[in-house]
Amino acid sequence: MSWAWFHRLGSPKWFYGRFKAWPKPLFCLACLCLVVAMVWGLAIAPPDYQQGNSFRIIYVHVPAAILAQSCYFAMGIAGIVYLVWQIKMSPIFLQAAAPFGALMAFTALLTGSIWGKPTWGTWWVWDARLTSVLVLLFLYMGVIAVQSALEERPLADKAAAVVSVVGLLNLPIIKYSVEWWNTLHQGATFSITEPPSMPMAMWLPLLFAVIGLYLLTAAVIMWRMQTEIMRREARTQWLKQEVLSDGI
Amino acid sequence: MHAVRRKRLLFIVLIVSLLASALGLVLYALQQNINLFYSPAQIAAGEAPLETTIRAGGMVVEGSLARQPDSLTLAFNVTDFQHSLRIEYTGILPDLFREGQGVVALGKLRADGVFEASEVLAKHDEKYMPPEVTDALKSRQMTSESSY
Repeated sequence: MSWAWFHRLGSPKWFYGRFKAWPKPLFCLACLCLVVAMVWGLAIAPPDYQQGNSFRIIYVHVPAAILAQSCYFAMGIAGIVYLVWQIKMSPIFLQAAAPFGALMAFTALLTGSIWGKPTWGTWWVWDARLTSVLVLLFLYMGVIAVQSALEERPLADKAAAVVSVVGLLNLPIIKYSVEWWNTLHQGATFSITEPPSMPMAMWLPLLFAVIGLYLLTAAVIMWRMQTEIMRREARTQWLKQEVLSDGI
Repeated sequence: MHAVRRKRLLFIVLIVSLLASALGLVLYALQQNINLFYSPAQIAAGEAPLETTIRAGGMVVEGSLARQPDSLTLAFNVTDFQHSLRIEYTGILPDLFREGQGVVALGKLRADGVFEASEVLAKHDEKYMPPEVTDALKSRQMTSESSY
């Protein structure tokens, strides 16, 4: 098996040149998807037979929760890649993704809390699902803190990678918390093996919201990676040429 | 793969799987503390302590809700389809409290087996439906019942 593609992916120069033009169109497409999803979900989709209109917060809560976990999963993989191959792009990804993932986890917790008050009757309860997502937020903050607090670059990157990899263990706990333990949070509405416990008029806008948020995440992380590449490679010749040729 | 890298990868896999099994054992040992509430079956089996603040949860039995006409005191039964538990509560129930839906109550188990709740939370299931669909389902049920 040839590892050429993998080694190329590890080069900041190659990555910068290859994906320079991507964030803008991705961002536009994301905004389009999200606007469609929000109008559809918040205004057009039918209300729930029990929760009425308050169930509509699902169109923010669920996409944010999915992205918070996906983002961490990607960071865990990047952490393993850095610890094994020590390619330059991995810590750049960690640095770019962690604040956005933290924002997603925070959004999921906040919207969940707002949703919980009218439906469950409480803002917060220490059940396994809520607590494990709170731990996810702390893991994100840990990665951010470790990477920015340590002075020495390689050491900081390595520490951040270790936190990311170890934190991967939290993801199955989040997913199965509602099955392993008695929780106030209900079980999953969607699964790969069974049809969703929700009609299409409700899940289609949700699908748009999830796709839109994935695209937004990709755009934001790519942007942040480019900025980080410029910061880290500021002294290199190729970046000087790149910037000059762009006429910035 | 280069030998050094393979070694590193194996080392990471080893460490992570060791951590995973340690964490698994801890979670298994703490299972009772992680559970948010006791089910009626656990209470019937005597697993829940008496006169200590705990949570109990289950499905509200259809037709079991009894209100006192002159106060906010009410009582209902919850079940996990094996055992059922009587819950007494004084206060306002959450909007989503319905017979046939799940609840989690915070309170104390009395020696006579009745659970005295100080807070009742509604649990909702993972199903979402537009009201028209449930109306249609109900009317179909009614017509099929009346045809017998």
